[in-house]
Amino acid sequence: MRDLLQIPIRILVNRIPPLLVAGIFISVWQGLSMLVYSEFLLPSPSATLGAIFELLINGILINHLLTSLSRVFIGFTLAASLAIPFGLILGWYGRAMNAFNPLIQILRPISPIAWIPLAILWFGIGDRPAIFIIFITSFFPVLITSASAVRNIDASIIKAAVNFGARGTGMLKKVVLPACFPQIVVGLRISLGIAWVIIVAAEMVGMRSGLGFMILDARNFLRIDMVVAGMVIIGLVGLGLDRLVCSIENKIRRRYGFSGV
Amino acid sequence: MGSAGYDNIKIAVRDLTKLFSNNSHNLHALEAINLEVGEGEFFCLLGPSGCGKSTLLNIMAGFEKPTAGKVLIGGEEIKAPNPRYVTVFQDYGIFPWRTVQENVEFGLEIKGVNGSERENIAKEFIKLVGLCGFEKRHPYELSGGMKQRVSLARALAVNPEIIFMDEPFGAVDALTRMKLQEELVKIWGKENKTIIFVTHDIDEAIYLGDRIAVMTPVPGKIKSILEVTMSRPRIRTGSDFLGIKEKIYSEFFGLEKCQQKVKL
Repeated sequence: MRDLLQIPIRILVNRIPPLLVAGIFISVWQGLSMLVYSEFLLPSPSATLGAIFELLINGILINHLLTSLSRVFIGFTLAASLAIPFGLILGWYGRAMNAFNPLIQILRPISPIAWIPLAILWFGIGDRPAIFIIFITSFFPVLITSASAVRNIDASIIKAAVNFGARGTGMLKKVVLPACFPQIVVGLRISLGIAWVIIVAAEMVGMRSGLGFMILDARNFLRIDMVVAGMVIIGLVGLGLDRLVCSIENKIRRRYGFSGV
Repeated sequence: MGSAGYDNIKIAVRDLTKLFSNNSHNLHALEAINLEVGEGEFFCLLGPSGCGKSTLLNIMAGFEKPTAGKVLIGGEEIKAPNPRYVTVFQDYGIFPWRTVQENVEFGLEIKGVNGSERENIAKEFIKLVGLCGFEKRHPYELSGGMKQRVSLARALAVNPEIIFMDEPFGAVDALTRMKLQEELVKIWGKENKTIIFVTHDIDEAIYLGDRIAVMTPVPGKIKSILEVTMSRPRIRTGSDFLGIKEKIYSEFFGLEKCQQKVKL
């Protein structure tokens, strides 16, 4: 009986502090928007909620959201399907890593946003430059985590596999891939998060659609409530993406014999 | 050096030297090692860390190349690892994404043994190492001792001629270690394998080995080889056990020092 009571109590104890923090944040926001600033400089939470409903009802939000999501999905998938095999090769062959590493280290710190002028010159206006920017964004983190995943495989695991006669594709499929998979998935999750940050910036600079464009467009019409509404939606979708990939990651970790996170 | 009553010499180490060089520094890991191990013998390499015992094992198992000299197994020079000689590592080397059953089947899978036969062989060795009921578990659900049992079962499953063991019980607690030693002796009695066992634990070497090679560091060499003639299972507190222990102490520290310590 005591145990039965303790479970709801523990849930309450875990849930209350985050709700409290969120509540305080919204109250401070509401207070600031009422007392210090005008509605133009900082729309109140209720005005923002209203703007979200307005954008939902007239269909604008769904359109831009789906545009942004599909750009991220395509660019991210393309990047992952090239970066994972390339990363595995770099991780396995020390010489290849030696040859490519300086180039990678020079290209990697260039902000994907800096590629936008070239992307527009090369691909024009529309989805393709955005997909290219997301490709650049996702490629390097996935490449580097894949390569380091191979390098971090336990030496005894490789030695044991060699000892039992594993080589070539058998070694790759039965040992290297499963040993690296959980770490690669972590790399995918992190780069998806970065891609979601970058897509908004890219759409603000050079695109005519997507959530980033929607925010910029709202500003041009002085609909600051819609600007903040866009920001809130970006945050919520980002959270949703992360939760989704996290739950997939946990399933994979369990399947591959690592405890969940 | 003969190999203590064994008819066939299984492993012969001839004038083996190993130098590790990094930058300008040379480390003489092994110098002029000569050794013969009989077929079916339980042979221990005993010494402190840094005496080159693991390096010697790695060269015998084909993972490393000697600087000079050679290792012959069954008369053939060993140049690469081979499933006929399987190594059991201190940190297990088992696959975390595979269940116990799948781990034990690994070597058979690579060999191309078909599914049902693989399953039967794996079951037999899982039973032999005392892991019945854990077939579906993943390594992270097992204790260190149990992981090492998986590693041993996986080695035995491919029916190797030799099992190389590199401080296999170094990471488990003292009581579990004794239990694993007892079971290893039983399994060795049943399976008739040649075992080369690396350890820094004097009691472990006396409990397990037919012979013990006492190694000293810098440069790593074999100081002497002691024969343990006690019958098995050996009593760890028996007078003959302690007698051999004293002999080994004197090999490491010199006889007089050893007796002085006893007087104190």
